[in-house]
Amino acid sequence: MTFYSPVLTNAKEIAGHDKLHLFEFVEDEKQYQLKRYLKHGGYAAWKTVLGKMKPEEVIEEVKKSGLRGRGGAGFPTGMKWSFVPKDSPKERYLCCNADESEPGTCKDRVLMERDPHVVIEGMAIGAYAIGCHLMFCYIRGEFHHCIERIEKATEEAYSKGHLGKNIYGSGYDLEMIIHTGAGAYMCGEETGLLNSIEGEKGMARIRPPFPAIEGLWECPTIVNNVESLAAVPHIINRGADWYRSMGTEKSAGTKLFSLSGHINRPGNYEVELGFSLQKLIYDSNYGNGISDGKKLKAVIPGGVSTPFLTPDKVDVPLDYESLTEAGSMLGSGGVIVLHEDTCIVWTILKLIKFFRHESCGKCTPCREGTGWLEQIIQKIEDGRGGPDDLEKLDSICGNILGRTICPLGDAAVMPIQSTLKDWRDEWLYHIEHKKCLVKQDFGF
Amino acid sequence: MILSEKTVKKIREKASKYPKRKGAILPSLTLAYKQLGYVDNEIYIEISEVINVPQLEIAEAASFYTMFPKKPRGKYLLQVCNNISCALLGADAMVDRLEEKLAIKRGETTDDGLFTLISVECLGSCCTAPMIQINDDFHENLTREKLDKLLESLKNGK
Ligand SMILES: Cc1cc2nc3c(=O)[nH]c(=O)nc-3n(C[C@H](O)[C@H](O)[C@H](O)COP(=O)(O)O)c2cc1C
Ligand code: SF4
Ligand code: FES
Repeated sequence: MTFYSPVLTNAKEIAGHDKLHLFEFVEDEKQYQLKRYLKHGGYAAWKTVLGKMKPEEVIEEVKKSGLRGRGGAGFPTGMKWSFVPKDSPKERYLCCNADESEPGTCKDRVLMERDPHVVIEGMAIGAYAIGCHLMFCYIRGEFHHCIERIEKATEEAYSKGHLGKNIYGSGYDLEMIIHTGAGAYMCGEETGLLNSIEGEKGMARIRPPFPAIEGLWECPTIVNNVESLAAVPHIINRGADWYRSMGTEKSAGTKLFSLSGHINRPGNYEVELGFSLQKLIYDSNYGNGISDGKKLKAVIPGGVSTPFLTPDKVDVPLDYESLTEAGSMLGSGGVIVLHEDTCIVWTILKLIKFFRHESCGKCTPCREGTGWLEQIIQKIEDGRGGPDDLEKLDSICGNILGRTICPLGDAAVMPIQSTLKDWRDEWLYHIEHKKCLVKQDFGF
Repeated sequence: MILSEKTVKKIREKASKYPKRKGAILPSLTLAYKQLGYVDNEIYIEISEVINVPQLEIAEAASFYTMFPKKPRGKYLLQVCNNISCALLGADAMVDRLEEKLAIKRGETTDDGLFTLISVECLGSCCTAPMIQINDDFHENLTREKLDKLLESLKNGK
């Protein structure tokens, strides 16, 4: 088996496109092998960087490109790198966040399985930019095949001198460790990830200090998402201006979107930022409409941590600013589509169960609050809801939002709040009639 | 020693790469789990001797992660994703069907020790939902027919 996952991508449509790039070779069955990767221009950027560029120049180029973090928060990548203190006598570390655990998101996995070297090359360039000689790839433990691919690719990279001592005769040494997770959403959160590498429970750390100042073993550390790092070799090869020419003014470049749920063509699609969500859902080259000819009820645009969009808000460009304006977030790019026969209460119950289970328990509002929310929502779902339950939910959500150590608390309540606002009638119906407003039947 | 020589060697190799000893805790637990299918106190003690980290610290870390069960499970570990993208496409019904076919509830193991069924959170296969992970392998885009066939072939030891 060449491809582990049968997931659909738009690589074929991208072939020959001068802009889209992350998915250019992901339908090539041999792209995961070093030989094929080199044939497609692999490690050229790494050579350029080591041969001709100073670390500051690399950071400058990435800053100029406008690349922003693809892990969820959208923080400018070059700027994050520049926070690493130049004069610190400590070691520096770079961690590639390959935890891919935000429900609705399955894009990093495609890159790791099918184009693992581009991830390694991006990590290497990032490492050089911050003066790091030991970098980590943190992959969730369930991804056995990704782990295998990245392991093989790393071995190959070492054996041909792309990693290791004195790379390309430049005098630069760089080692890589693949660290696998063990089933915890919190280890995708950057400080949980650092604790997990250190051999601790994957709980969040209080910031400041930020990881760029004090991360792994109290040394400056950069955590970047797989997709962010995979864009870096392309930026070096083709230049910041080329990258900037894609996307919008403030959201440059392309982004991978995972389209799932009630959709005719679920899959992973690379598009320029600013691409229409409406088009992604309905165009026959992408989602090709809602499944079973049903009507749209809601879209969760950026993974389960982001507020739901009502159908009238779906005509929105997929970029950081526009989605914020529409009341949601771009998040990780996990677009989940719900058709008309989906119960909002049932959906929210799924999500809150997840967040309650994954709460690391470090801070009270999230640890206790997610439990209370689950109890009340379960009660409503079971037809035992009371007249003041919605006010209780409003109040608990309000008391969690903005009062937690890490963003998981906010992530748990923002989707709930959005449905309490936009689908309040449906919540009320559920309480009054002790059943769903819609006839939901997700048979199998 | 319950850990095999091979596992111990692998643990030593991996541990030598980490700047601090405790970094080797998760990789060691993972390697031990790979060999045994569980990790318990006895194993923490063995790991502790190999990587020179107090047993308590190993136990503490292990307790946080769902992938280090203390008891062995069935020969085939069936993990059904029950998160939203899979649930929208019938994951709940799929778990019901598995419970019925295997005559166990989620969390349980069949009497012959062949199957353990658990429902888990998102496995990063949302665009190929519904899905199930069986040991190391993902089975995606499942239908009732595909699932039944899969179960049959496992029962027949293929
Ligand atoms: C609960 C939680 C889970 C997260 N999971 C992931 C993840 O699986 N992958 C990821 O790249 N970022 C995840 N993040 C975001 C990271 O904390 C961090 O912002 C990101 O890895 C930074 O990389 P970037 O700047 O390249 O986006 C998560 C955040 C939170 C709060
Ligand atoms: S918000 Fe939740 S997950 Fe984050 S630190 Fe607090 S308890 Fe842990
Ligand atoms: S929701 Fe099932 S794999 Fe993501």
